Amino acid sequence: MRKKYLIPLEILGITLAIIWLTPFYLMIVNSLKTKREIFEDTLKPPSSLTFDNYVQAFVELDFLRTFANSLIITVISVVIIIIFSSMAAYALSRTKSRISTILLFVFIAAMLIPFQSVMLPLITIFGKIEMLNRFGLIFMYLGFGASLSIFLYHGALSSIPRSLDEAATIDGANRFQIFWYVIFPILKPITVTVGILNTIWIWNDYLLPSLVINKQGMETIPLKMFFFFGEYTKQWHLALAGLTLAIIPVIVLYFFAQREIIKGVSEGAVK
Amino acid sequence: MRIRDLAYWLFLMPVLAAFIFVVVAPFLLGIFYSFTDWNGIETKGFVGFDHYLALFQDKRFLDSLWFTTKFSVVSVILINFIGLSLALLVTAKLKTSKVLRTVFFMPNLIGGLILGFIWQFIFTKAFAGFGAMFGIESLQGWLSTSSTGFWGLVIVMSWQMSGYIMVIYIAYLEGISKELIEAAEMDGANAFQRFRHVVFPLVAPAFTVSMFLTLSNSFKLYDQNLSLTGGGPYESTQMVAMEIFNTAFGRYDMGYAQAKGVVFFVIVAVIALVQVYINKKREVEM
Repeated sequence: MRKKYLIPLEILGITLAIIWLTPFYLMIVNSLKTKREIFEDTLKPPSSLTFDNYVQAFVELDFLRTFANSLIITVISVVIIIIFSSMAAYALSRTKSRISTILLFVFIAAMLIPFQSVMLPLITIFGKIEMLNRFGLIFMYLGFGASLSIFLYHGALSSIPRSLDEAATIDGANRFQIFWYVIFPILKPITVTVGILNTIWIWNDYLLPSLVINKQGMETIPLKMFFFFGEYTKQWHLALAGLTLAIIPVIVLYFFAQREIIKGVSEGAVK
Repeated sequence: MRIRDLAYWLFLMPVLAAFIFVVVAPFLLGIFYSFTDWNGIETKGFVGFDHYLALFQDKRFLDSLWFTTKFSVVSVILINFIGLSLALLVTAKLKTSKVLRTVFFMPNLIGGLILGFIWQFIFTKAFAGFGAMFGIESLQGWLSTSSTGFWGLVIVMSWQMSGYIMVIYIAYLEGISKELIEAAEMDGANAFQRFRHVVFPLVAPAFTVSMFLTLSNSFKLYDQNLSLTGGGPYESTQMVAMEIFNTAFGRYDMGYAQAKGVVFFVIVAVIALVQVYINKKREVEM
């Protein structure tokens, strides 16, 4: 009886999954065709396998450097967000006072602010102090990422009993030691969540870096994606190869860490 | 730690400094600029509420606001419907459950800009090819009219976000105890009744979270808008975020763009608060 209704559901699921993957399939299939072949027919498989598009896209995107730029900015920003947000959340959670309550409220409330509401003054301020560069960008990511990260850490910290802090104090540990050696290791699950959420956001972010570091040689992957989309000409054969190249690192990572990623995202949203 | 302790402030300082420079100061400064004739470099004087009054006559802004609202309403309904359906499907003890979850969630890891470009290809080239092959006229010329642009955006957004919302519903669905459903089954409730009266009320908190996330993401959409339609044809698919950007960097009307930014914040905040309030109330009543 159970089996009977599961088979149609199984077929439905597989059908939907195929539909879900079709855009990726069409992207990859057409990235292996010549410009002419794409023009003639987008649906049939390529007549011969050629990786010319990939070679050209790789060179024109300056892919290794672009990839390294994205990697550097993402990794440094995420590490900084993790370190400083967890520390801030710890201070807010272990010091019960009106100031802590207000600060936490302001951090959380700021999540509602759309980027476009602060974009212009932000760029003006950072332009004046000549910080429209990578340092400025990473600093901005800390500022924008703080709200959600502090919120998640604060939630996790409230379930860690204070008696643990007190025991460590009696053993002669100071505040920094207590946090780094006793509390931070216990926070590991939420650190994974915070890390994953911020990585997805920063790796894919387009608008902020386009305003801050849009200079030759500094571009991240999203910034380079406009390369093949001219005002009047679209070089789809190169663009599709470039888009596939851009996605490969993400898919590889997803392949190895899908359980952690899905769990992290779900915990980040549910809490 | 106490407030007076140095440690308290040392722990807070790095984040607080970044937060003040990056969020608080620009936010307050932005409100100030919106009342002036700021041109991006200097301010010569106050203009009072002129910018805000001008907004009500600004066809571009009002059109983008209307387009954004339509888009958000349709997207929120579709994403939540598809997301919940997918969640029910993959929690049904299928052999392929894990693979399906992985597939449905995948688009979320990829940036909106890249997804928009991929779909631009699908809509303009693959749709046309498919339409020609099967003689379906309506698949031609996608993204070249405002209605195909609208549905294009809705499709991309639903395809991307349903998997994310699915994950949230799964978390709540898996929290429902089997005894409860079996008890309802024994009382003679059919599958639909079990869903309507047992499962549905228990996943109500998931609605609050999902509605909040889909609504604010749809309303603030920029990347997909930029790469899929670029706001075209003739600015007819331009959403609020893009309209503000173009006012500032296309027409260099900085003070005015900033006033739009402030109004944008107020709208987002009001929608979010009202929505959470209503859903919380509904949860209690169920």
